[in-house]
Amino acid sequence: MRRHLWRLPILLGSLTAVGLLSGLLGDGAWDAVAWLGLGVPVAAGLWYGLRR
Amino acid sequence: MLSTRAVRRWQWVHTWSSLVCTVFMLLLCLTGLPLIFHHEIGHLLGTEIEAAEMPADTPRASLDEVMRLALQRYPGKQGMFVSQEEDDDRVWYVTLCERPDSNDNLKQVAVDARSGQALGDPPLDSGFMYVMRSLHIDLFAGLPGMLFLGAMGVLLLVALVSGTVLYAPFMRKLRFGEVRRDRSPRVKWLDLHNLLGIVTLVWFTVVGATGVINAWADLLVKYWQATEVAQMVAPYQGQPPLQQPGSLQAAVSAARALAPDMKVAFVAFPGTGFSSPHHYGVFLRGTDAVSARLLKPVLVDAATGQVTDSRELPWYLTALLISQPLHFGDYGGRPMQILWAVLDIITIVVLASGLYLWVVRRRQAPAPDAKLSMQAGEAAR
Repeated sequence: MRRHLWRLPILLGSLTAVGLLSGLLGDGAWDAVAWLGLGVPVAAGLWYGLRR
Repeated sequence: MLSTRAVRRWQWVHTWSSLVCTVFMLLLCLTGLPLIFHHEIGHLLGTEIEAAEMPADTPRASLDEVMRLALQRYPGKQGMFVSQEEDDDRVWYVTLCERPDSNDNLKQVAVDARSGQALGDPPLDSGFMYVMRSLHIDLFAGLPGMLFLGAMGVLLLVALVSGTVLYAPFMRKLRFGEVRRDRSPRVKWLDLHNLLGIVTLVWFTVVGATGVINAWADLLVKYWQATEVAQMVAPYQGQPPLQQPGSLQAAVSAARALAPDMKVAFVAFPGTGFSSPHHYGVFLRGTDAVSARLLKPVLVDAATGQVTDSRELPWYLTALLISQPLHFGDYGGRPMQILWAVLDIITIVVLASGLYLWVVRRRQAPAPDAKLSMQAGEAAR
């Protein structure tokens, strides 16, 4: 198995987790972190999924 | 690395756990989509209660006045709950019932908390959002429906774990995000299924797991009522029933005096599951991001207006309340709602493509699974 097969999935999964928790803990800057944390995996999915 | 035999086993688990739950998950994703925007949709449909802007220091109407007005609109009914939304203390929602221990024929009146004027009668059992919500929560089947959907959620979690295990053998020969569009539709959709599945994995797992927790909500509340609430009201056992509950405003004021920095989430009238035949159950919530999600129950003697007991919620109800925003996505403003909706739609694609892959594979030769399972990897060579 190639070692870096899991690198991006783990990175995107961690970003999601940080985003989900950050939004819970506070408002303002915490929310911005949440948008970023969830936004990057969504963007990755859309980018790779939709490009020709 | 997984042996061919192990891959075949995981694939069997993934196929069947997802097949059983997919139709229901599609239903939950489709009905969940409008629920993310229920305030906005209510606003568009004109069913959302809107209170006028008034200066923040406008005096508040007495809750007894609010109740009197609500009861006037529905003669013969009695108070069941009075509640306020977390982010809007301008409106009281008064729920009225025939009997406080029955959910039949409930009515709701929205009353302006300042002027004491009625703002409308939010329908509790009709309308588009009611249908969406019922399909999403219990398929119109009450507790059995909730538990059934909870069981489907458990299968979803099994499908997510097995799908994650299978990600490696399927992606062995591919770069992250690689979608083989020049091959057969089956290969293309397999790659999309893997890509979209892995980018939404953590979100889908969290929303699925918190959904399963929510499916237990009614049972957890019942357990809490049978244990802690029963203990709290034990001293009143055997007392003659209350003829007429005393002042609601006095009860709420007494509870708030106990925790001045908290707001009222809801008040349960005597005789409901959230109080006792002799008490108002006043449920307070905090005002910062985390504590606003939690509730502090205060029991107030409905005859004297004296606080008789108040405890912290048990861990399992705290866990339930904390898990709810992670399911609803209602905690990070509009951008969070939009992300929730996009993730929801991507999830629909993952579910539908999974179903498609199963159908296509069945239509092809009924070859042993192992051969097919490796086909994807081979094809990339």
